[in-house]
Amino acid sequence: MSTETVNPRTEPSRWSKIWNSNMGYSFRKNPVAIFSMAVFLIIAVSAFFAPLIAPYDPYDPASIDIMNSEYPPFWVSGALPEFSLGTDDQGRDLWSTILYGTRLSLLIGICAVALQAFLGISIGLIAGYVGGRVDSLLMRLADIQLSFSTLMVAIIFLAVTQAMFGSETFNQYAVYFLIAVIGVAEWPQYARTVRATVLAEKKKEYVDSARVLGFGPGRIMVRHILPNSLSPIFVISTVQVANAIISEASLSFLGLGMPPSQPSLGSLISSGFDYIFSGSWWITAIPGIVLVVLVLVINLLGDWMRDVLNPKLYKG
Amino acid sequence: MFAYLVKRVFQAIAVMFVISVIGFAIQGNLGDPLRELVGQSVSEETRQQLRDELGLNDSFMTQYLRFAGNALQGDLGTSYFFKEPALDVILKKLPATLELVMGATIIIIGLSVPLGVYTAIKPDSILSRIIMGLSIIGISIPVFLTAIMMIYVFSVEYGWFPSYGRGDTVPVFGYWETNFATADGWMHIILPSFALASIMLPLFIRLIRSEMMEVLQSEYVKFAKAKGINPRRIYFLHALKNTLLPVITVGGVQIGTMVAYTILTETVFQWPGMGFMFLEAVNRVDTPLIVAYLIVVGFIFVVTNTIVDLIYGLVNPTVNIARMGA
Repeated sequence: MSTETVNPRTEPSRWSKIWNSNMGYSFRKNPVAIFSMAVFLIIAVSAFFAPLIAPYDPYDPASIDIMNSEYPPFWVSGALPEFSLGTDDQGRDLWSTILYGTRLSLLIGICAVALQAFLGISIGLIAGYVGGRVDSLLMRLADIQLSFSTLMVAIIFLAVTQAMFGSETFNQYAVYFLIAVIGVAEWPQYARTVRATVLAEKKKEYVDSARVLGFGPGRIMVRHILPNSLSPIFVISTVQVANAIISEASLSFLGLGMPPSQPSLGSLISSGFDYIFSGSWWITAIPGIVLVVLVLVINLLGDWMRDVLNPKLYKG
Repeated sequence: MFAYLVKRVFQAIAVMFVISVIGFAIQGNLGDPLRELVGQSVSEETRQQLRDELGLNDSFMTQYLRFAGNALQGDLGTSYFFKEPALDVILKKLPATLELVMGATIIIIGLSVPLGVYTAIKPDSILSRIIMGLSIIGISIPVFLTAIMMIYVFSVEYGWFPSYGRGDTVPVFGYWETNFATADGWMHIILPSFALASIMLPLFIRLIRSEMMEVLQSEYVKFAKAKGINPRRIYFLHALKNTLLPVITVGGVQIGTMVAYTILTETVFQWPGMGFMFLEAVNRVDTPLIVAYLIVVGFIFVVTNTIVDLIYGLVNPTVNIARMGA
C-alpha cells in the first residue's frame, strides 16, 4: 500500500507512520491498551519460544515420571524446587506444559481466524461486488450458517469425526480438525461486514475510475476496495481470535479437541478438573488463569481498537 | 408479509432437509448396525441375508427416503445402548436441559435489563465502569471455567450448594420432571443456571446499554424530557420499549446458542440433560442417538430462528422490503 502513495516529500518510515497516526496516538494515551498489548506480547513471545524457555519437554515421555504427579506450586508447602508451578496428574512440569499449551491455543486460534478471514473476505467481496443472485444466495447461506451456533456445529462435527476415525487417528490430526471447524463455522462474521463496506465503497468514484482504466474485477476488489475495508476487518479479527481460543478450549475441555498427551490450555484444565475434589486445584486454576488473561487482553485490545477505528459493523 | 412467511418457512424446510441428509450420511457411515444387532458370531451368508432384510443393500435414495419417512413419523431409530427409541431417550432428557436454559434466561433477563439501563443512563459513574469492566472479564471466561470455579468455591470450599446432579425432582406430566418444586431441586439448579447465564449476561448488558444509549439520543426522548415527564418513566417506559426489539431478536437466536453451551455446563455439573447424554452417546458410538440428537437440536435451532425472524418481520416492517429487494 505504502508504495502506491504519491507523496513528493520524503517518505517517513513505516514505523513512524504508524506511531504518529491516530491509532498510534490513542494507543500512547491509553494505559489499558498499552498494558494489554504488553501482556499479550509477553504471553505470545513466551509461547512462541516455549521450546527454549520451558525447562522440560512435556511431549517427551522419557522426561516424565508419574511419581512426580500432583506436586503443588512453589508457594504451597510440599512443593519441589525443580517444578516451579507444580506438576499435573501425569507428573509433567506444569510451567512447561502451560507454555506448550498456550502455544497450541494461540496457534489454533490465529490459524482458525486466518481461515475465517480468508473465506469470509473472499465471499464478502464477491457477494458485494458481483451483487444480484450470487449476492442473495451467498448472504442467505451466511444467515443460515450464522443461525447455528459455532460451538454446536463444532461439537457435532468433531464428535462424529472422532467416532468415525477412532480417537487414535483423531488425536493425531486434532489440530487440523479444530482449525478447520472453527475456521469454517465463523466465515459469515467477515462476509457480512466486508459485503456491507464493499456495497458502500463500490459507489465511490475511485472504483469507477479504476474500472474505466480497464482493471479487472479481481484487481479492483483486492487492491482498491479491500484496503478501504480494513478497519472493520481488524476489529472483527481481534474479537474472533479471542472467541476462537475460547472455542478451542471448550472443545478440548469436552474431550473433542487436543488430547491429554499434547494438551492445549483447555485439555489441561479438563484433566485437572478430575483432581479438583482431591485438592489439586492448581492443575485447573493456573492454566485457567493463563487462558482468561490471554482472552481478556485480546478482548481489551479489541475494545480499544473498536473505539479508535469506530467502523460501521454489521448489526445482526 | 404472507410472501415473507412462505419464504421463511420454505427456507426452514430446506435447512431441515440438509440436516436430515447429514444425519442420514452419519448413520450410514458410522458404526455397523448389523454388528450391534447380532454381534460378530454370524456367518457371512446370514449376514448378507440380514443386510437384505434390513434394507442395507438398497440404493442411497431408497434408504434416505425410508429414513426421512420414519423421521417424519417421529421414528429416529433405536438407541444401541438404551435399547429404546432414540427420540424417547432424548425427550426424557429434554426437560432437564430446558429447565436449565429457563433458569439461565430468568437470571439473564432479571440482571441484564436493570444493569444495562443503569450503565446507559450513567455511563460515567464508578458503578457503571465497574459493571462494564466486569462484563468484559465475564466475556473472557469460558463457561466451563466459570462452572468449575463455582463448584470449587461454593461446593468444595463452602459446601453451600451441591456440585452435581439434579437432586429431588417432581414429575409434572409425561417425561417432564421439574426442579422448581422442591428446595433441594432449587439448590441443585442455582449453580448450573448461573454458570450458563455467565456467558450471555455480559453480552446482553452491553447490547442493552448500546441500544439504550442510542435511543436516549433520539428526538422523542429529548422531547419527553422537555415536557418534564418523570425521568424514570422516560427510561423504563419510553426508551426501554424501543430498546427491546433488537434485544429480543438477538435473544431469540441466543436461546439456540445456549443449547450448545448446556453441553458444557451439563458436563461439569453432571446434569442429566441432553448435552450430557450426547457426549455419552459419542463415547459409546451410539449412532442412532447421535443422529437423533443432531436432528432434534437442528430442529430447535431452525424453529427458534424462524419464529424470531417472523416476529422481527411483524414488528419491524422495513425488514420485509429489505429482504424482498435482496
